[in-house]
Amino acid sequence: MSTAVQAQTATAAKTRVLDKRALRNLSSTVILTGIGLLVLVIFLLPLVYTLATAFKQDAQLTAQNAPLYPAQPSTFNYEGKDYPLYEVPIDGTIKRLALIKPFREDSDMLDPEHPENGVFNVKGRWRTWTPVYTFSLTLENFTTAWEQVNFPRLFRNSLLLGIISTVGTLIACILVAYGFARFPIPGKNILFIILISTIVLPPQATIIPLYILFSKLGWTGTWLPLLVPAFFANAYDVFLLRQYFMSIPKELDEAAMLDGASPLRTLISVIIPQSIPAITAVTLFHFFFVWNDYFSPLVYLLGKEELYPISVGIGAFVTTFTNYPGRAAATAALTLLLPAVIFFLAQRQFMQGVVVTGVEK
Amino acid sequence: MATTNLAPVPTSSTFPVKRTKSAYSRQRTRWGWLFLMPWIIGFFAFQLLPIAFTFFLSFTDYKATTEFKPGNFNFVGLQNFQRLFSDPLALPSMGVTLKFAAIGIPLGLIIPLAIAVLVNSKHLIAPSIFRTLFFLPTVIPVVAGTIIFNGVLNSQSGWINLGLKALGIEDPPRWFGDPLWAGFALNLLAIWAVGNAMIILLAGLQGVPTELYEAAIMDGANYWQRFISITVPMISPVIFYNVTLGVIFAFQYFVPALLIGGQNGNPQGSLLFFPLHFYRQAFVFSDMGYAAVLALVIFVVTMVATGLLFFFGQRLVYYAGGES
Repeated sequence: MSTAVQAQTATAAKTRVLDKRALRNLSSTVILTGIGLLVLVIFLLPLVYTLATAFKQDAQLTAQNAPLYPAQPSTFNYEGKDYPLYEVPIDGTIKRLALIKPFREDSDMLDPEHPENGVFNVKGRWRTWTPVYTFSLTLENFTTAWEQVNFPRLFRNSLLLGIISTVGTLIACILVAYGFARFPIPGKNILFIILISTIVLPPQATIIPLYILFSKLGWTGTWLPLLVPAFFANAYDVFLLRQYFMSIPKELDEAAMLDGASPLRTLISVIIPQSIPAITAVTLFHFFFVWNDYFSPLVYLLGKEELYPISVGIGAFVTTFTNYPGRAAATAALTLLLPAVIFFLAQRQFMQGVVVTGVEK
Repeated sequence: MATTNLAPVPTSSTFPVKRTKSAYSRQRTRWGWLFLMPWIIGFFAFQLLPIAFTFFLSFTDYKATTEFKPGNFNFVGLQNFQRLFSDPLALPSMGVTLKFAAIGIPLGLIIPLAIAVLVNSKHLIAPSIFRTLFFLPTVIPVVAGTIIFNGVLNSQSGWINLGLKALGIEDPPRWFGDPLWAGFALNLLAIWAVGNAMIILLAGLQGVPTELYEAAIMDGANYWQRFISITVPMISPVIFYNVTLGVIFAFQYFVPALLIGGQNGNPQGSLLFFPLHFYRQAFVFSDMGYAAVLALVIFVVTMVATGLLFFFGQRLVYYAGGES
């Protein structure tokens, strides 16, 4: 009996300790998640601003006392005309009244709930009253931007550039990474260090001679200067693929070679099927890179508007649209839509790829 | 091809016939070179030779308004280099870039690290949602990001200033309208793309053995002490990597400045980054000879900065697996 009681008290004490700990855990969870949410809200504020602004009419941005969400002033139709609604303080209560005729110190108002009472005069400055807004999305900014910026053409160009360039990068980088990962090449380590150190190379150091070269070849004003270099591999993607290839057991390729497969055959039937996550990451990175790239298309396509990718195409509208925040926001929203959707669909592969390039040096 | 089929596959054991091995490995070497060819050709054609050629151009007065051929340019010796010292924009534009780097590099480490620590905490609910959303701005194209910040930092209708006014700040900065604040506004835009650094630092944090923390807790170390004497040294290689990338990024940075401030880096040249000065000389004024000198400055500064970083960084960085 006594042992049972002892056990019981022990359990009770334990639960109390557990309760205390659970409580502490709970409070740190609440505090930390709260801080996290606060930081996240600040972080995503520019995006929320962009979406809200894109769906607003520009007039709302400069209007006094307008809400932050997209909305339009509520109106009341009286005798065939629309009059704005205001929240008017009368005798300590706030009434919604339609402003029929504004004066300086008083105004002619109408009660929308009792229009039969007719127009009456209210003392007070109408400019100090809060207008009544109702939530309303306008698509005007999107349609205007869509046509003015010529989005269909920009999308088509960027997609084509992105796909061709990504195919080239994949072919070249897979071959080079395979060479570095599997073959006995004299001075391989030094070559690999040279490859990695090209990450440091600023594009400015090479662009003038390349511009002269591509002009001589008659390639400026075409996509060739943007596409051809992609077929010659780059350090980031080779590095990522090589790290991944090295993690594939050598026994797999050796078995394939025993069956008489050539190195190229081994690459296609053993290495590539094993490396789909890394290849997906490279595909994503490179496609995003092309979608994002501004400097090279700006230099090589100067003046050839029909060939502009989305980055250069909307670049000109940054300042043009400064006085049209709604259109600017709609343009930004349309530009980031595709990358954002792809990112949400493939976020795991994407972030995994970043980790491989960054941590496993 | 027949020989490939007959070649024995090496194992860890020694080979009975030495000649077969060397024939086999010679062939493997040939294949290896073949696979490296795309990069080797690209490296010479698009990187090494162009840099040498930039160096060559820096001694000429070539203008891109004419075709590049003998007779269209002269050798001018060190004139372009001398011009660097009399160029009234060279020093100020380097100043803009250095200021951007001086603010951006530390911020680009501290903020991602703080967020990585946050999303790594076991007390956070739904950390993977937080990670995804913190990463989101990173995938937003630079031009779109520039438009977004040009809007949200608008001194009248932008939400940042509306918020600052709501907090009681009477006269918030005019951001891109004010030479004092324009550069910092671009620092904010750059730090918005926190994702890559955050994810890399997060992976570093997750790689720290938990036994180390347990031992430190036994010794009575508080959270901050554990962070400084365990976390930071253990993730120092990742920190080092991020700082290196930050340096490279900072010295090449100019596209948002061109988009917002135009070719002159307005307001009042406060956004005339050094690479923008270069871009203007080369592709607006077509003055390739002098632009080549500016390109070499960017090249040398980047090299020296990363070189110094490696020289001093390697001593400070702790590699758990011994010297790498």
